[in-house]
Amino acid sequence: MSETAEATQEVAKEPKEPLFSAKNKRLLSDPMNDDNPITIQVLGICSALAITVQVKQSFVMALSVLFVMIGANLIVSWMRNLIPSRVRIIVQLVIVASLVILVDQVLKAFLYDVSKQLSVFVGLIITNCIIMGRLEAFALGNKAWPSFLDAIGNAAGYGWILIAVAIVREVFGSGTFWGFQIIPDAFYDLGYADNGLMILPPMALITVGIIIWVQRAKNTKLIEEN
Amino acid sequence: MDVNKNSYTFAFSAILVIVVAGSLAFVSESLKPMQKENVRLEKMQNILASVKVESTPEEAKEKFDKYIVDQKMLNASGDVVAAKDGLGPFDIDVVKQYKTEKAENRLYPLFIFEDGSNRKFIVPLAGKGLWGPIWGYVAFEDDMQTVYGSTFDHKTETPGLGAEIKETWFQERFIGKSIFDSQGEFVSIEVVKGGTDVEGDAHRVDGISGGTITSKGVGEMIERTLKVYVPYFKGTQQASL
Repeated sequence: MSETAEATQEVAKEPKEPLFSAKNKRLLSDPMNDDNPITIQVLGICSALAITVQVKQSFVMALSVLFVMIGANLIVSWMRNLIPSRVRIIVQLVIVASLVILVDQVLKAFLYDVSKQLSVFVGLIITNCIIMGRLEAFALGNKAWPSFLDAIGNAAGYGWILIAVAIVREVFGSGTFWGFQIIPDAFYDLGYADNGLMILPPMALITVGIIIWVQRAKNTKLIEEN
Repeated sequence: MDVNKNSYTFAFSAILVIVVAGSLAFVSESLKPMQKENVRLEKMQNILASVKVESTPEEAKEKFDKYIVDQKMLNASGDVVAAKDGLGPFDIDVVKQYKTEKAENRLYPLFIFEDGSNRKFIVPLAGKGLWGPIWGYVAFEDDMQTVYGSTFDHKTETPGLGAEIKETWFQERFIGKSIFDSQGEFVSIEVVKGGTDVEGDAHRVDGISGGTITSKGVGEMIERTLKVYVPYFKGTQQASL
């Protein structure tokens, strides 16, 4: 009885942090820009190259990563005091892997054509360093709510780059957006041609490079001293 | 509680694995009917694509029922056999069968397409490329020897080389080719090394440069599969004369 009273008192003594305190907001906003997983940490590049030919694929990929990220971050954060540290990496891997299989199965059932295009890349979310990285670096040491925000922030930071690259590649490579033609036939009649190089992986890297360039030009504190 | 004790680590891992395995098995089982339906619809789309009928997954079933007026199943010696164990021609997975069954035990489906007076015969194919399985459908004109259209697909062929069998430009090379010579003997359609001049040759198709093994695989699967249909085709040709 006294123990419970003491425990409640202790909890009450802690100053209650507002849900969207400045610190928590930074968890959301940092990965979008200053600490972007792709352009700053250069993680998850392989999927950024592979599935950014079309906006729709990228969008589904970004949503899948968002789902896996939130799920994994929350589960790991809830279990953080129960996970034996010696097997923590394997535990994280098992959690991520099962969430990914879940996504894959759901896509196969409800978005079959997209799942065929994404093919192995859904499975490869497991190896996406962003997810394991956030689990190790954040969820393992933080409460559920900040972990949840951190997951959204990082997945969104990953997603917006993915979609931005995909827009550039689809518009200039195929003349379409989300599968709909947006460059009128009149342009083609005048001699405009789709840039086939845009479809190939190297252009994804170059596009990411341009985004990094623009980002650093605007945000000078990101530029390394040497 | 000491979470780093050996016994705790073992117990934790065991429980985690059981929980994960159980929930994944449940999800997989409950989504299976929908996934199977998607695969069926895709197969319908592919069959229709070989006779140049484009369809979306939503309309595939409707169009399939409308245009595919008959489905038959042949055994290895070319005789028409009845559906067995409730498995009709459409249920036969030729790719799986090619891998697991001996040639004499395989069943050979035939789909008959009809649009007005226009009749086509669609034969599913399965074979192997350089890295893994390849498959497809080839559709014949009413005369049962001239190719009307074809589709091919693959699992793991080299992108840009063997994987090009998926592309329309390669598939279009088969159109108008014939599997019987002027004496009515079966000669199949050979896929020759890329770059060969096959202009005007009714039995040879130019392969893909750099994708020779995959191209040969396509030719092999056409020859081996169609051989089985020859007695049936001939019988039907004679009956219609």
